[in-house]
Amino acid sequence: MNQEILSRMRQSIIDGAPQTAAELAQEALSAGMEPLEAIDQGYVPGMNQVGEQFGCRAMFLPDVMAAAEAMRSAMAVLEPEFQRRGMARQVSGTVLLGTVQGDIHEIGKNLIATLLLAAGLRVVDLGCNVTAARFAAEAERQGADVVGASALLTTTMVRQREVITAMERLRPRVKVIVGGAPVTRQWAAEIGADGYAADAPRALELVKRLLAQTKGASQ
Amino acid sequence: MKPAIRLLEHALRERILGEAMQLLARPGVQVGSAEARELLASAGARVEGGVAHLPEALVWQCLASVPREFALYGRGGTPAVRYGGDAVHFDPGSSCVYFLDGETRARRPAQTRDLVLLTQLAEVLPQLEAQSTAVVCSDAPDAIADLYRLYIVLLHSNKPVITGAFAAETLGGMLELLALDAGSEALLRAHPRAVFDVCPSPPLHWTEFAARNMIQLARAGVPAQIVSMPMAGATAPVTLAGAVTQHAAESLAGIVIHQLTVPGAPLVWGGAPSILDMRTGITPVGAIETVMLNLACAEVGKHFGLPTHAYLVASDAHLLDAQAGAESGVSAMLGALAGINMISGAGMLESLACHSAEKLVLDAELIASARRLLRGIATPTATLATEMFAALGSAGFLALKETRSLFRSEQHLPSEVIDRGSYGDGAPTDAFQRAHAAIPRLLASYTRPPLSEPRRAEFTALVRRQASKFGASLPPNIHGCAV
Repeated sequence: MNQEILSRMRQSIIDGAPQTAAELAQEALSAGMEPLEAIDQGYVPGMNQVGEQFGCRAMFLPDVMAAAEAMRSAMAVLEPEFQRRGMARQVSGTVLLGTVQGDIHEIGKNLIATLLLAAGLRVVDLGCNVTAARFAAEAERQGADVVGASALLTTTMVRQREVITAMERLRPRVKVIVGGAPVTRQWAAEIGADGYAADAPRALELVKRLLAQTKGASQ
Repeated sequence: MKPAIRLLEHALRERILGEAMQLLARPGVQVGSAEARELLASAGARVEGGVAHLPEALVWQCLASVPREFALYGRGGTPAVRYGGDAVHFDPGSSCVYFLDGETRARRPAQTRDLVLLTQLAEVLPQLEAQSTAVVCSDAPDAIADLYRLYIVLLHSNKPVITGAFAAETLGGMLELLALDAGSEALLRAHPRAVFDVCPSPPLHWTEFAARNMIQLARAGVPAQIVSMPMAGATAPVTLAGAVTQHAAESLAGIVIHQLTVPGAPLVWGGAPSILDMRTGITPVGAIETVMLNLACAEVGKHFGLPTHAYLVASDAHLLDAQAGAESGVSAMLGALAGINMISGAGMLESLACHSAEKLVLDAELIASARRLLRGIATPTATLATEMFAALGSAGFLALKETRSLFRSEQHLPSEVIDRGSYGDGAPTDAFQRAHAAIPRLLASYTRPPLSEPRRAEFTALVRRQASKFGASLPPNIHGCAV
C-alpha cells in the first residue's frame, strides 16, 4: 500500500496537482503513515524529478511552479501533523533570500525560494529592494547559513558587491551566493561571492553543496 | 508606396485598448510616489492603499495633451531626430554592464574607455541618429553611474542622447549637466538634447523612483520615454495580446502622471516588452515573439498618434556570430517597417547584458539595409523598362546613362564590413574580423566636439560635486581619459 501511495504522491508533484497532493497526504495520515515518510519518499522524489527534468529541458518553468504549488499544498496538510506529534522536521539549513536595493524583481528569487522550501530547507525571504545592511543584519538575526542576493537589472547588479562587503564580518561561516538574469559566474567571482547558479534547480544544488561544506566544517 | 507592417487588426486593437482601460480602473495601478498619488487623486482618480484607479475619461484627457511630435537637438541646437509620425531612427542599446573585448573576443566588465569607443563610433556612423549612454562603467562610482556615463557621452558627442537615471535622486544632477550643455534650463527645454527612459515595473506598478522621474522630467520639459517591459508569462500574461494590453495600461498610467504634472510636456510611447524563455528564465530579445511584442506595442502608440520607441536590433548570442546577425537583422527590418521613431538596441549581445563595438559597426550595415527597404520601389524613369530597352546598345545596361545616374539611389552600397568580394580576393574573413578592422578607419574620421576647456571643466566640476553629494569621488584620470 505504501509503495503505491508514495508513487502517487511523487506523480502528484510531477503533474503539479495541488489538490491531489493534499488528498494523498490526508489519505496517508489516515492510513497511519509517518509524515516524514510521505515527504521524504513521496513528495521530495517527485520534486527532485521535476528538477532533473527541468535541468534537461524536458520540463519548463511553469511546470516547476506548479510542482512547487503541489508541494506546498501537501506540506500544508503534513506540517500540522508534525507539530501535533511534537516533531520538527529536520532542517538542514537556513537560507536568507532577497532582491538587492533598487530592484523590485522577484520572480527568480521566488522560484528559488520555492525549490529550497520544497527541499526541506528553512527559507527566510526578505522580499525586494533589500539594502546590504539589512541583508547582513537579518543574516545574523536569523542564523542564516547561506545568503542569496538576487538582481534582475544590469544597473542593480552592482549592489551585489555591497551585499558581499556588508557580509564580510559573517563570512566565511555564512556563504553568500548571487543570481539573476544579468549575473554570471565571472561576475560572481569578481565580487568574491561563494557561488553562482544560472537557474533555480542549479541554485538548489549549489545551496546543498555549500551547506554540506559549512556543516562539514563545523563538525 | 512606403513598405509597412501591421500586426493588429482594428478589432483587436480596440479590444486591447478596452481591456487596458479596464485594468487601469481595476485592479488599478500601484503608485509608489506620494506626490504622484496626490496628483492622481486631485484629478479624480480613486486612490486606496497605494493603488490608483484611473477613470477612462481622465486617461483620454491626458492622452489629448501629449505632443504628437517633437524634435531632439544636437549640440548647438540643430534638430537631429524627429519623434513623431513614421520617422525611423536608430540608437545603440543602453546600460550594458559587459563589453565584448574586440581583441580577445571575451567579455569583461565595461569601462570608461569602452563607453568612449562606443560613443565615438556612434558619432561617426550616420546610421545612428542618436547616442545612448551605452554601458555602465565599472570604473566609475556606483552612486553616480548614471550621471557619469552621460557626462562621458556629452564630452565625446554632438548627437542627441537616449539616457536614463538609476535613482530619483540622481536625475537632478543629470538635468543640471544637460542644462549646462544647452546653455541654460530654458534652452534645454526649448531644444532638448536628451530623452530619459523611465520604466514602470510590471505588472502595473509605477515605483516611487519611476513616478518621481516622470514628474521631474515633465517639470523640466525634457522628454520622458516610457519603457514598459512586460515579460509575457512571468510579469505579464503569457499571450502576446495580453502582454500588449498590459504594456498599454502601464504606459497610459505613466502618461496620466506625466501630463497631470505639466500638460503638453513631451513624452514617448516606448517599450521593451519580451517573452520569458521557459527553460532558462532569460528574456530573449532575439525571439520573434519579443520582436512581435515590440511592434504591436508601438502600433498601439501610433494609433494614439504618439511618438514611439522600441528595443530591437539586439541579440541573445554571446558572440558576434550568425545568430547575432540573423536576430539583429530581422528585428532591424521589422522595426523599420513598423515606422518606430526610435529603435534602441544596436550593438547589444547576451539579451542586453553585453555591448560590442564590432556588433555596433555590423548593425549599422543592417540598419542601412533597413533604410533602403523603407525607401521602397521607386519609379524615377518615365517608363519602367521599355525606354531603357530602346536605348540599349551593344555594351548592355552597364553603359546606359540611366544606369550611371540612378544606380546610387537604386542600390545601397554597404561598407567593406559586408563581404561581397570574390573568393580569390584573399583568405575569407568573418564579419567580426571585418567589423574589427573597420573600427580604426571609422575612428580616423572622428573629431571630438569643440568644447572649450573652461566648459569641460564646468562639466567635470558638476560631476565632482554630484559625486561628493553621494559620498563618492571621481578619479582624476580613468583609463587614460582625463576627466
